[in-house]
Amino acid sequence: MSKDKSEYLIDRKDNQYEVVIGLEVHAQVTSESKLFSSSSTKFGAEPNTQVSLVDAAFPGMLPVINEFCVKQAIKTGIGLNAKINKRSVFDRKNYFYADLPQGYQISQFKDPIVGEGKVILDMPDGQKEIGIERLHLEQDAGKSIHDLDPQNTFVDLNRSGVALMEIVSKPDLRNPDEVSAYIKKLRSIMRYLGTCDGNMQEGSLRADVNVSVRLKDSKDLGTRCEIKNVNSIKFMQMAIDYEANRQVDLIEEGKSVDQETRLFDTKKNETRSMRSKEDAHDYRYFPDPDLLPLEVSDDFIEKLKADIPELPDDKKKRFIDEFKISSYEATILVSDIDTAKYFEEVVAKMGKNKDMKLAVNWITGELFAVLNNKNLEISESPISAQNLAKLINLIKNGTISGKIAKTIFELMMDGDKDPQIIVQEKGLKQESDPKALEALIDKIINDNREKAVEYKQGKEKLFGFFVGQAMKASGGKANPQLINEILKKKL
Amino acid sequence: MSIDLKTIKHISKLSRISVDEQKAEKLAGDLNSIFKFIEKLNELKTENVEPLTSVAETTLKLRADEIKSKNIREQIIKNSPQDNEDYFVVPKVIE
Amino acid sequence: MSDITKQSLSELVKNIKDKKLSSEEVTKAFIDRSEKSKELNAYITEDYSSALEKAKKFDQKPNLDLKLPGIPMAVKDLFCTKDIRTTAGSKILNNFVPSYESTVTQNIWNEGAILLGKLNCDEFAMGSSNETSFFGNVQNPIDKNLVPGGSSGGSASAVAGQLTPITIGTDTGGSIRQPASFTGTVGLKPTYGSCSRYGIVAFASSLDQAGPMAQNVKDCALLQEVISSYDSKDSTSIDFKRNIYSKELTNNIKGKKIGIPKEYRVDGMPKEIEELWQKGIRYAKDCGAEIVDISLPHTSYALPTYYIVAPAEASSNLARYDGVKYGFRAKGENLIDMYEKTRSEGFGAEVQRRIMIGTYVLSSGYYDAYYLKAQKVRKLIKNDFDEAYKKVDAILTPSTPSSAFKIGEKKDDPVSMYLNDIFTVPVNLAGLPGISIPAGHDSKGYPLGLQIIGKAFDEQNILNIAYAMEEKIAFKNNITDWWIK
Repeated sequence: MSKDKSEYLIDRKDNQYEVVIGLEVHAQVTSESKLFSSSSTKFGAEPNTQVSLVDAAFPGMLPVINEFCVKQAIKTGIGLNAKINKRSVFDRKNYFYADLPQGYQISQFKDPIVGEGKVILDMPDGQKEIGIERLHLEQDAGKSIHDLDPQNTFVDLNRSGVALMEIVSKPDLRNPDEVSAYIKKLRSIMRYLGTCDGNMQEGSLRADVNVSVRLKDSKDLGTRCEIKNVNSIKFMQMAIDYEANRQVDLIEEGKSVDQETRLFDTKKNETRSMRSKEDAHDYRYFPDPDLLPLEVSDDFIEKLKADIPELPDDKKKRFIDEFKISSYEATILVSDIDTAKYFEEVVAKMGKNKDMKLAVNWITGELFAVLNNKNLEISESPISAQNLAKLINLIKNGTISGKIAKTIFELMMDGDKDPQIIVQEKGLKQESDPKALEALIDKIINDNREKAVEYKQGKEKLFGFFVGQAMKASGGKANPQLINEILKKKL
Repeated sequence: MSIDLKTIKHISKLSRISVDEQKAEKLAGDLNSIFKFIEKLNELKTENVEPLTSVAETTLKLRADEIKSKNIREQIIKNSPQDNEDYFVVPKVIE
Repeated sequence: MSDITKQSLSELVKNIKDKKLSSEEVTKAFIDRSEKSKELNAYITEDYSSALEKAKKFDQKPNLDLKLPGIPMAVKDLFCTKDIRTTAGSKILNNFVPSYESTVTQNIWNEGAILLGKLNCDEFAMGSSNETSFFGNVQNPIDKNLVPGGSSGGSASAVAGQLTPITIGTDTGGSIRQPASFTGTVGLKPTYGSCSRYGIVAFASSLDQAGPMAQNVKDCALLQEVISSYDSKDSTSIDFKRNIYSKELTNNIKGKKIGIPKEYRVDGMPKEIEELWQKGIRYAKDCGAEIVDISLPHTSYALPTYYIVAPAEASSNLARYDGVKYGFRAKGENLIDMYEKTRSEGFGAEVQRRIMIGTYVLSSGYYDAYYLKAQKVRKLIKNDFDEAYKKVDAILTPSTPSSAFKIGEKKDDPVSMYLNDIFTVPVNLAGLPGISIPAGHDSKGYPLGLQIIGKAFDEQNILNIAYAMEEKIAFKNNITDWWIK
């Protein structure tokens, strides 16, 4: 595999292949109740305790659509810069499976609620636009548990009927990095909008990955295979890598790629064909006669538009303009809504004399390191934005040095302690009295006359020695800047 | 449009109804006579006709996002043929 | 035999309200007669002891403001009744006991009525003779070994045989009107969306409607006003202003324009049917109505359209009967085996046939040629009615192309069976209301019905026309109680 700048190509003896990827992302809609029934959508409940008569497809039960789910889908469409279809139709997708109680899934086939849109990715070598084909609403299925019993499958219908948004991308993705960026961007947009919590571990976000290969510079699309239900970005990337190579190998051997559905085996790290001995599914889509076409007015859509919060792309622009931070920094800070919120709160709490650079560095540096280490989300941060802002201000106004701040930061983590209190309790206030420092430095120079002479004669490295001594003598509390200035003067 | 045994077997697989040879033949016969009768529709030209979406002369009503259905697991599961209180139990799928 | 069971619903209601009869007396009378009528095989499930208890309870504290105070009533076994077995005439639901009630039946109980039991019907409402039920054929009280019609055969038989003062059935292609015609009773299929489908075992969602089956038009009107309601649990339920049909019932139809569609005069139609139709036209004129010749050009395409749309929807609606959650389950070696065995053993031949048709017309490669085409023709059929209703207020046709036939006579010829619905099916396709009233007898002495089709939501008008004509026709059902043991 060669990386020709940002190109992800698969090399073989005489040929180079490009990989074409499209994603169908299934995002669980954040709502209280399900799409067509009024049972709860909460994750983690005891099996079959969130199942209504409608969910279990009892005789005579009928679907009634949840207005909030419709709004969530439209808001997501707006966030994807997409066309909102004022009229859309719900179709039945007919197939048999134990976790599909109706024997059909209510979905949208020909007339989805959202049409074409686009998503902008911030890649290392510039922005890339990924086209969105459509977004539609559909029911999620229940869960089949195969490993509780050797002969039988156990079925939990709690998830049956939960609203899903299926977001179909155009085949514009070309490499695993773009796939990662795309998923993260989608996730970010939906979290900003509050339409999906993007929690991949809980299954709120999963994707079917469509992969095909073609000779570099070819304009035709190769036969694609669909890898179903991949629930982490890492697995998506591994699956793409494996699958692309598998297809290239077939082609190189003179064979053709069969269009098929595959699964990613997370233990063997390979894809394998899902097709059972049975015929391929014929879903026999037709408009659901228990429902009417969904019609939304311009007014309905406009009201939702007005409710849209500042989205990542706009927030990024504003951060750059208003806070004068770099594009790279801004991208990191807006990538998740909770991070952006935290940052904005820190900025606000820093008050008049803001130090943006410190804020950015402390959040993306120290704080992120801690969160990573402890496997926490920023919303679970042991240090509040308010207190971090205080810490930064203490550095800015010279009360403490950057080095001391790191110590205080550690102490703050234990119950989100106020840094000012820690400084007082532990007497960590920086020594910034020039007279006191001068006296201190005079003593050090006196005690190290030879080294002072050597320095004056050109051994510049010894400057650090004096700084170190001064720090030691002051118990680490000396203001480093002043130490530097005074030493420079005196030496 | 003649419906052959192969089609009958395909349709029965899709509808999850088992057929043996005898049943398949009877079905083919029945369906063929029914379809001969249905073919009458081909007499009509319908390219410019909009398909009917619903005879219900109303618009789709939207429901508020409230949890109205509580835990009725006992009710839901009591009708199932197997004896498990928490889950529906079915024979395994053969992959 | 008790005279109580000879009374109409309206008479019974009046007598109970006037305290001339108690609910217990009335209920006991119908239970007695029902118990002696097992040969009709009209019931699938009897709930007699419970009914008697409810009747006694009602008498202790009677609420006489209700519309059906203490009235015993059996209902078609397609309506889910809480804690009472509901089978849809099928083996696959033989042991199914719902924990919920259909909206239509709840409306009935809310007005004080008492459940007698569940009435036999064609399996999953698929049939025109009540010969496809897992629980056996139903006898028409008119004569031995005569079909009562279907799918609401048990209902029609029970009303004609006076096992219940009135009942409800469902009508997807004629399943209320055709059996009403075959048994000499009155059956109304309301406008689509008038009665809630919540809790009714679904056959074809865009066609199914519940409706009253009664001994006379007035009774029919009373029950219609009870069962018709807007229900937010049914997305196809329509919120329109519903009349108090019995209160506003009138025989004054002077000046009403009644259309006679020439396309309903089909090839090979028995002379008796044409004569009945002409008689009906004369009666309508006598009542002061104006007769107008109209055309419904796409009539002959209605039956083929129906036999695409209905099975297609049914094939999907019946997919839930898979043995997983409720109902019959066959033993299988794996999931697919279990499905296949469950459904081939659990469903009867007609149901399997229609599921196959439905699956086929929706399948890949055939959807456009069949299902989509049928939905387009359905539009044309509806347009025909819309056009006609610019000129007329209602339409008069025969209900069925013949009187009741013998049990077993048409069983082996599905197409011949389907032709029973030729006059009723267009009404379901267009979502309009239609009522069948008994209008005469054929040479064998079997009843024949006339159908009045109305504009959408205009049940009052067709009830009025039916009421006026009923008076003129003065039909007598010559029932001899031959089956009573």
